[in-house]
Amino acid sequence: MENSNLLKARENWTFFMAFVRKEFHHIFRDKTSMFILLVMPILMLVLFGYALNTEVKNSKIAVYDPSHDEVTRAMVEKLQINNYFILHKVLNSASEAEKAFQSGEVSMVVVFSDHFYENLLHGGYAQIQLLADGSDPNTANIITSYATNILSGYQMELMKTDKIPYLITPEIKLLYNPSMVAAYNFVPGVMGMILLLICAMMTSVSITREKERGTMEVLLVSPMKPLYVILSKAVPYFFLSLVNLATILLIAYFIMHVPIAGSLFWLIMISLVYIFVCLTLGLLISTMVETQMAALIISAMGLMMPVMLMSGMMFPTENMPVYIRWIADVIPARWYIEAIRKLMIMGLGFSAIIQELSVLVGMGIVLIIISLRKFKIRLE
Amino acid sequence: MSKRDPIIMPDDIVILAKDLTKMYGEFTAVDHISFDIKKGEIFGFLGANGAGKTTAMRMLCGLSKSTSGQAWVAGYDINRQSEQIKKRIGYMSQKFALYEDLQVWENIRLYAGIYGVPEREIGPKTDELLHRLGFESEKYSLVKSLPLGWKQKLSFSVAIFHEPSIVFLDEPTGGVDPATRRQFWELIYQAADRGITVFVTTHYMDEAEYCDRVSIMVDGRIEALDSPGNLKKAYIAKNMDEVFHQLARGARRKA
Amino acid sequence: MPAIKAEHIFKKYKKVQALNGVSLEVDEGEIFGIIGPDGAGKTTLFRILTTLILADEGTATVNGFDVVKEYRSIRECVGYMPGRFSLYQDLTVEENLNFFATVFRTTVEENYELIKDIYVQIEPFKNRRAGALSGGMKQKLALCCALIHKPTVLFLDEPTTGVDPVSRKEFWNMLKRLKKQGIAILVSTPYMDEASLCDRIALIQNGQFLKTDTPQNIVSEFGTELWSVRSNQMSKLLKDLRNHKAVDTCFAFGDTHHITFKNEPPLEEELNDYLHALGHKYVYIRPIEANVEDCFMRLSGKTLQS
Repeated sequence: MENSNLLKARENWTFFMAFVRKEFHHIFRDKTSMFILLVMPILMLVLFGYALNTEVKNSKIAVYDPSHDEVTRAMVEKLQINNYFILHKVLNSASEAEKAFQSGEVSMVVVFSDHFYENLLHGGYAQIQLLADGSDPNTANIITSYATNILSGYQMELMKTDKIPYLITPEIKLLYNPSMVAAYNFVPGVMGMILLLICAMMTSVSITREKERGTMEVLLVSPMKPLYVILSKAVPYFFLSLVNLATILLIAYFIMHVPIAGSLFWLIMISLVYIFVCLTLGLLISTMVETQMAALIISAMGLMMPVMLMSGMMFPTENMPVYIRWIADVIPARWYIEAIRKLMIMGLGFSAIIQELSVLVGMGIVLIIISLRKFKIRLE
Repeated sequence: MSKRDPIIMPDDIVILAKDLTKMYGEFTAVDHISFDIKKGEIFGFLGANGAGKTTAMRMLCGLSKSTSGQAWVAGYDINRQSEQIKKRIGYMSQKFALYEDLQVWENIRLYAGIYGVPEREIGPKTDELLHRLGFESEKYSLVKSLPLGWKQKLSFSVAIFHEPSIVFLDEPTGGVDPATRRQFWELIYQAADRGITVFVTTHYMDEAEYCDRVSIMVDGRIEALDSPGNLKKAYIAKNMDEVFHQLARGARRKA
Repeated sequence: MPAIKAEHIFKKYKKVQALNGVSLEVDEGEIFGIIGPDGAGKTTLFRILTTLILADEGTATVNGFDVVKEYRSIRECVGYMPGRFSLYQDLTVEENLNFFATVFRTTVEENYELIKDIYVQIEPFKNRRAGALSGGMKQKLALCCALIHKPTVLFLDEPTTGVDPVSRKEFWNMLKRLKKQGIAILVSTPYMDEASLCDRIALIQNGQFLKTDTPQNIVSEFGTELWSVRSNQMSKLLKDLRNHKAVDTCFAFGDTHHITFKNEPPLEEELNDYLHALGHKYVYIRPIEANVEDCFMRLSGKTLQS
């Protein structure tokens, strides 16, 4: 009795090990799964560890200091000398602050009230304001807390030597997203991602499915120009993405109370351009692969992941190393999300998104040319 | 009778079916079929698509439970002792046989392990098999690099590696050239000579001629069961194709 | 001008020489069969002729149009059925048909006459998804879809593989009717028995045509004596016959074995005695006419190991 149970156990073990061995073979011999299992984690580690860090350094700031006294000047210098901030501009009036933001020159503006030191000593009105771009709450949060720390730290020192009677805590004011609603930040991100998903991923999968099933062969041997076959695939997804765009905007506006502060017209326009870019991306992917699996993986890994990580949705773009920024600049989503943010949350108009628009249009043209070139009228 | 003991079958019968039936709801896939198959016989199981062949075979392999009726395979009841059956049979299907990205010897070792061939026997038996097939040079080749005919011969050999009493072959020779098909059937002959019963379904009517006996299923019932020679006489037909045609013409389940 | 013409086609495909100098001609109203096993090069040849891939060397025309330069014209007038049921499994029978009609800029009504004979068989299932049809039905549907635009040339790549024998027969009857309409049909099949249903055939192996001719001619050129031998122990018979000094080849052919001889055949009695001495009973020996399969075995036999 003992023996036969042991025997059975050994049998089962051999059986089990046979399968385990087989699975290892499958994995090692499939280049795609090897890539995902071994290279991806390393890539992600590098990205998370080095490229994306939530520390923000060398942010450009502007200062408006009407008082220009001993203390304010010292505070400005304290801000300058550490490597978190670079004093980019000195403003001559508070109203210039808004412009400085809109032009994208600075991430934060420090405003001192007039006769600062004097008022501080005599109990009058003394105020420090930190203005930051609320449409990117991640970055705003980080740099305003740095600034607060630095300024408070300095003031503590002054207090010790009795130079000032009490601390002034800087007032933080966020432009464009005063209540720091996180939604404001990720709604543009979500728009970018969803449209990418629908247009690029679904389109490429659909085309490669045709190839995998063999029906593509039959379609090619027909009067129908191969291009029309492809276009016919793009059209449903085009409409689907319009529907989705409308849905997201409606939900964002009415339910999440994200403003559409800027021009709705240009919002839609740039979305159309972005959709076009994504569709051609899908087309390009489908010319490169033969199976649905491959299309799926390339779309997911090659498109979605970089968008999530590098578009500024989750991590501040401020501080990514230059080469990562270059990679990010190649991703259409990054430009689109930026433009949406400006249009929706900052309420800007056409002039502010000219750069983004031209980049996207340029990408669209390049992609369609490459895709058409690569598009095969034959099977190989 | 304990769950483990086989019943003793008369006359060297390895498969016995009595009114075996399978119903899916109202639909009768297999309708009271009865037959017996002797040891070492090559038995052809023919029928059109949808006639019930595959369903019947799955029941015999212990893969699905019958609705009514009984059957014993290698002495074991298909409904109550299906695990015992699985250990004593081999199975090969056209759709799947071997893992394409494993090497030839790895596939052999895998299946040998699955069928419980003792570890120390696997090596020598593998070499012997490869020698018999003339595949020695391909021992380390990936299966996907082999031509189809070689794959099938290898699949069959792997299916009987553990010397089962019965091997079930589901449409094993599709798309293969005549020469390789013959070599395949020669392997079947050799297996039958060694006492392995071969239960094969096939669309190729000329392959029906290789069998000792064939049964033809129409609409879930066995409409004919005899040696090819006798069937041709009975239906006044030149070949099995014509026999099949006559029987199948009346079939209702074709689509 | 022949409907299909190929000259000295060479094609290397993934490190294998798929086609090794293949030439053929097919006329209008002719059924030309390419008979050979999987991997012989049939599908590659079809893809070149239907303009789906380019040959490395050689030229081909379909309806006078060059496959390389005038591929557009070819794609408008041919019907193509690649192997393996290339239909939309999740569309119904009717939807598939309508789709392909539209792709070819026609309607089902326009050419209904042509497909009527075939379509009536699947019409009862017109609202069923193509994926739910049996193999035979799928092939009939695929054939309809390939014919819907009244092509002048039909390319059918293994249309009957995996289909039950009854449907196979019906399918070939349909082809014969189409042939009468003047359509040139190039069909490939691994089934030797279908070879005799063609007007002319080419036996293909390893990318080369072993022989091209009418089935009757090929059979009559078999060139040597062929005997059929049976006994009560077929497996042992195979070995024993092969061991006989006069026997050249011995192949199992279902319920008999076919043998050829190295020189002159021995006397039937002699063979009979030989076999009885080895323990065979119910020995049955008979000279027979060769069929296409025998020819294929003989022509390709030199290259195969047993």
